[in-house]
Amino acid sequence: MRLSPDEIIFWQLGFFKLNATIIFTWVLMLVLAIGARLITHKLSVDLKRSRWQNLLEIVVTGIEQQIKEVGLTQPRTYLGFLGTLFLFVAAASLGTVIPGFEPPTGSLSTTTALALCVFVAVPLFGIAEQGIGGFLKSYVQPTFIILPFNIISEISRTLALAVRLFGNMMSGAMIIAILLTITPFLFPIVMTLLGLLTGMVQAYIFSILAAVYIAAAAQVHKTKVKAQ
Amino acid sequence: MLIDWFTVGAQALNFLVLVWLMKRFLYKPILHAIDAREERIATELANADATKAEARQERDEFRDKNEAMDRQRAALLSKATEEAQAEHDRLLDEARQAAAALRATQQETLRNKQENLHQALIHRTQQEVFAIARRTLTDLAGTSLEERLGEAFTRRLRKMDDQAKAGLAKALEKTSETEPALVRSGGDLPAEQRAAIQKAVNETFSADIHLRFKTEPDLIGGIELTANGQKVAWSIADYLASLEKGVNDILHAKDIPEAEV
Repeated sequence: MRLSPDEIIFWQLGFFKLNATIIFTWVLMLVLAIGARLITHKLSVDLKRSRWQNLLEIVVTGIEQQIKEVGLTQPRTYLGFLGTLFLFVAAASLGTVIPGFEPPTGSLSTTTALALCVFVAVPLFGIAEQGIGGFLKSYVQPTFIILPFNIISEISRTLALAVRLFGNMMSGAMIIAILLTITPFLFPIVMTLLGLLTGMVQAYIFSILAAVYIAAAAQVHKTKVKAQ
Repeated sequence: MLIDWFTVGAQALNFLVLVWLMKRFLYKPILHAIDAREERIATELANADATKAEARQERDEFRDKNEAMDRQRAALLSKATEEAQAEHDRLLDEARQAAAALRATQQETLRNKQENLHQALIHRTQQEVFAIARRTLTDLAGTSLEERLGEAFTRRLRKMDDQAKAGLAKALEKTSETEPALVRSGGDLPAEQRAAIQKAVNETFSADIHLRFKTEPDLIGGIELTANGQKVAWSIADYLASLEKGVNDILHAKDIPEAEV
C-alpha cells in the first residue's frame, strides 16, 4: 500500500532524488506558468476581452476579495503568496481527474513544505507590517505567561495545516484506488467528483487559514491602536 | 517515514518559484489590465461627466441668451409699437391740420369768390339800376339823368338842416379861386347843371363860392360837394348801399343754414 507519491522514485543520487511528488509539482508549475503566460501575453485593457482573460480576472479578483474579507486591507501585498497557495492546491486537486496523475498535495512532504512556508511567512508579514518589536511583543500579549502557549499554537497550527491537507488529499486518492479494485466502473467516478469537491474545499481552507494567520499577525498592533 | 525532508525542501523551493512565476505571469499583468481598464472607465466617465457638464452649461447659456433675446425682442417690439403709435398720431394730426388748412383755404377761396360775386353783383346792380333809372328818367321826363341828379343834389343842398349848413358854410368860406370847393360827379355834368349847381350853392350859402367840377365814375349816379373836410352828397350809391344791405342780409340768411348743414 502506497500512501505518498514520495515513494515513487525516478532517480536518486544519495540524498538527492527525483520522486513523483517533485516531478508532478514541476508539471503543475509548467502548466500554470505556461497557461498564465499564454493568456496574459496579449491582455486587453479594452471593455471587450477573451474568455480566458475573463476567467483569470474572475479568479484573481475573487482571491483578492477573499483576502480583503479576511481583514487584510492591502490584499495585493499578500496576493502572490496566498493566491499561489490556493492555485497550487486547487490545481493539484483538479489534476486528479487525469488518470495516472498523482497530486503532489497527497504527499505529507509537500503539505509540510507548504505549512512551513506559511509558518515562515506569518512572522515575515507580521514584522513587515508592525516591525520586529511590535511583532515579538504580540507573543507576550496580554501577559508573559501566554508566550509558551502562543509558541505551541504556532507550531501546532502549522502541523494541523500540513496534516489536514495531506489527510484529505491522500484519503481521496486512496479511496479512489481502493474503489477501483472493488467496483471498477461508476462508483469511482462519483468518488472522483467528491474528491474534486473536497480538493477545492481544502484549497480554500488552506489558503484562507494562511490568510487568517497572516492577518492575525499583521493586524494585532493595528487593532490595539484602534482600541486605544 | 511519510516525510522526506529532501522533498520538503524541494517542494518549498518549488512553491517559492511558483509564487514568483505566478506573480510574474499572472497577478501582475491581470491586475495591471484591470487597473488600466478601471482607469480608462473612470476617465471615460469623467469625460462623460465633463461633457455633460459642458452640455448643461451650454444649454444654460443658450437658454439665457434665448431669454435675453426674447426680452430684447419684446422691448424692441414694444418700442416699435409705441413709435408706430406716435407716428400714427403725428400723421393723423398732420392730416387733420392739412385738412383743416385745406378747408380754411377752401372757405377763404369760397368767401373770396362770394365777396367778388357780391362786389360784381353790387357793381352790376348799381350799373343796372343806374341805367334803368337813367333810361326811366329820360323816357319819363325827357331830361338826362345828370339833370335829375343835379336837381336832386340841389334839392338836398337846399333842404340841409341848419347845423349842417352852418358847418359847410364855414368850410366854404375858406375856399378861394385857387382853392375851390370840389364837386365830384359820376358822369360829366352839362354846363347847365354846373351853372344850376353853382347857383344853388351861391344861393344856399349867400356867397360867391368857387367850385371845381370833377368826374369820378365810382360815384355812380351821384354828386358830391366837398370843402375842407365837410361834405354834402347825393348818390344812387346811397340807395344802392341800402339795396346791398338788403341783398347781404338775404345772402347771409342763406349762408347760415348751409354752414350749419
